[in-house]
Amino acid sequence: MLKFLESVPANDPVAKPEQRQIIDRILNENKNLPGGLMVILNELQNQIGFVSPSMQQYVAYRMRIPVSTVHGVVSFYSFFTTTPRGRHTIKFCMGTACYVGGVPQLIEKAKQILGVDPGQTTPDGNITVELCRCVGACSQAPVVVVDEEIHGRVRPNKFPQILRTVQDKEKQISEQAA
Amino acid sequence: MAFYRSHILVSVDPKCLKKGAHEILDALQDELVANGLVDEVQVLETSRIGDPDLHAPDLMVYPDGVHYANLSVDDIPFLVEEHFLKGRIVEKLKARERLVSDEELSAPKSKEVRVVLRNCGKIDPNNIEEYIAEDGYMALAKALTEMTPETVIDTVMQSGLRGRGGAGFLTAQKWKLTRQVPEKIKYVGCNADEGDPGAFMNRRVLESDPHAVVEGMTIAAYAIGASRGYIYCRAEYPLAVKTLNIAIMQAREFGFLGKNIMGTDFSFDLEVRMGAGAFVCGEETALMSSIEGKRGEPRPRPPFPSVKGLWGKPTNINNVETYANVPQIILRGPQWYASMGTEKSKGTKTFAMAGDVKNTGLIEVPFGITLREIVYDIGGGIKDDKGFKAIQTGGPMGGFIPAEYLDLPVDYEALASVGSIMGSGGMIVVDDETCMVDMARFFMEFTQDESCGKCVPCRVGTRRLLEILTRICEGKGQDGDIERLEELSEEIRAASLCGLGQGAPNPVITALKYFRQEYEAHIYEKRCPAKVCRALITYEIIDGVCTGCTVCARNCPVNAISGERRQTHIIDPDTCIRCGICMQVCNFNAIRIN
Ligand SMILES: Cc1cc2nc3c(=O)[nH]c(=O)nc-3n(C[C@H](O)[C@H](O)[C@H](O)COP(=O)(O)O)c2cc1C
Ligand code: SF4
Ligand code: FES
Repeated sequence: MLKFLESVPANDPVAKPEQRQIIDRILNENKNLPGGLMVILNELQNQIGFVSPSMQQYVAYRMRIPVSTVHGVVSFYSFFTTTPRGRHTIKFCMGTACYVGGVPQLIEKAKQILGVDPGQTTPDGNITVELCRCVGACSQAPVVVVDEEIHGRVRPNKFPQILRTVQDKEKQISEQAA
Repeated sequence: MAFYRSHILVSVDPKCLKKGAHEILDALQDELVANGLVDEVQVLETSRIGDPDLHAPDLMVYPDGVHYANLSVDDIPFLVEEHFLKGRIVEKLKARERLVSDEELSAPKSKEVRVVLRNCGKIDPNNIEEYIAEDGYMALAKALTEMTPETVIDTVMQSGLRGRGGAGFLTAQKWKLTRQVPEKIKYVGCNADEGDPGAFMNRRVLESDPHAVVEGMTIAAYAIGASRGYIYCRAEYPLAVKTLNIAIMQAREFGFLGKNIMGTDFSFDLEVRMGAGAFVCGEETALMSSIEGKRGEPRPRPPFPSVKGLWGKPTNINNVETYANVPQIILRGPQWYASMGTEKSKGTKTFAMAGDVKNTGLIEVPFGITLREIVYDIGGGIKDDKGFKAIQTGGPMGGFIPAEYLDLPVDYEALASVGSIMGSGGMIVVDDETCMVDMARFFMEFTQDESCGKCVPCRVGTRRLLEILTRICEGKGQDGDIERLEELSEEIRAASLCGLGQGAPNPVITALKYFRQEYEAHIYEKRCPAKVCRALITYEIIDGVCTGCTVCARNCPVNAISGERRQTHIIDPDTCIRCGICMQVCNFNAIRIN
């Protein structure tokens, strides 16, 4: 049917039946909505975790719009990522209050412990470290967001504890899977 | 006496009872019996455990100390099997802490007046009936049944309400302009993008009193003649989006949204759209592009949104707080509202105080209050009894205001007169250990990164400003840099398309205006008076004060600290990256900056 589908890498969500189903559902629900492209991309980012180049092509094809339009939107917004992130994200708030409140020091600490810079994922694929904009919890600066959970008033020597909560979560998941 | 290995304490607080605590108790007993655990696990009733508004119905398991919340009877079999049979904590049923605990909104201080925040923390945002019990949707009823669209606009006009999203444009004026355009389809939009770092007033209203915004928008739609509305909320606020969606659903069920609202021939519906992490989308034309599913780039104005907005139709965009004021104005009358504030700025304003002030959090005050009252009477003064240096208002497009203007009455005009802006209401207080070059650099980093790149002066100019500021911070500032900053700022301000570029130089301009000597110290003496800029300082451990506890050495990210236990440690200046962690973790104040 579609030429590009043949060239989609096997590990791309578009090529995986169960993820493809999610993608199709999101598209069917929203593609006729006025301004639906943003809604679709937000949902894809949320449910699949990223919007790969093949996913962008697929969205363009299903919405009957140029790929360049989809790509233009994806590249404009910082929330959309084109590669998968780690299973967990640790975001450091770089808002004013947090900057003043000591986030730069926390980032140093994280670099030391995890060995990755902001924007990178640990080699085991567990944790992606990111910087983020003010999350609106400024009265608790400095703020670190682990997955969706906000940790406030984080001191450098408390940071390892927060990391442990992530590692515990991982352990629990792998235990539950076992 | 039986020996139980676990106790389950179920809250039978009235709210929990209302939400099915008895059923939970019964289900627990059934499951324990079914699993043969009745002799091991005891179920007890207790008074309130968590926050009933947030957690009901909830229970606590001892000795594990696990708090499960928002339970339904259907959760119980799984909970009992997992926790008591298999010994695994059920993460998904565990009580979530309030995403942000309520230290951000304390009881009103003496100089506060709460209009927009009046329901926050008082009512359950997910229960429309609680909003209705606080006179909710009465204003809508009054507008629809007793007032024409024109009288609604007149009423808002008399109240003097001005936009709370930044520029302070008269709200009713905007409504009138949109109403006048002879088009059948019109839209109302709510700007919930709140991108200014340090600002969280809108988030709090959306999370705690979403119906006030829904009601305000519906009244605006009636006044303008719009049939559809969009709330554009930033992606960083997932809880706000969720709360809004629940509120909209409930409002539809109650007939406050949808076809023929309250039996009149007025129909209106609302939808939430999410941003995706682009600050410039807070600018109203960019916001509209984003709702349309496009890149969020600002468009030139005119045409103004009130003439050609969403999908080319007349659109009225207001801020969350602007809308949240409207029901109160309709209900209590414009005179009441206009009795608060200054000559040109009426009513109250919410501010988010952050930074080096003792009481951080949200406040709502009448216009005209002085900065001093805000910082000292409400904010409790500067943390750790350090000195006040400046207050930054208006976000990245705002400016710094120094101590000499602490007695300035806060309103749109007064803040503008000292080079800052009202903006959306973020206030960041900085103490005398803050470097104003570094702060200006920080804001420029933000705007440089968030410039959408459409105009050259903004894209290239902010980058140049950032380069110069970074250079000064690194001790590489050159003679003439101050003048270069000033010239560039002027060019960017004059030649940028949208408010981002036009306002971007403000932090630099005000920092230069009020703290010029700090810039000079950096450039000519290679000295950072506030001891912040890393290239210009060294850390030192004070002999005799250091107890040799080793905490600094263990926390230093680059292992620059050495020393024997119980002996004074030393920092190797060549390895030290001047991150300041040692100073933060030292319990004996044994670390000094030179
Ligand atoms: C770069 C930029 C960012 C803005 N961000 C916001 C924002 O986050 N929230 C907001 O309400 N207005 C923001 N504004 C102002 C809006 O463009 C617009 O003036 C406002 O939404 C109008 O609503 P109001 O009349 O109720 O204030 C921003 C403006 C600019 C130039
Ligand atoms: S001034 Fe800056 S942010 Fe605004 S349109 Fe121009 S480049 Fe984009
Ligand atoms: S600055 Fe970090 S939460 Fe606002």
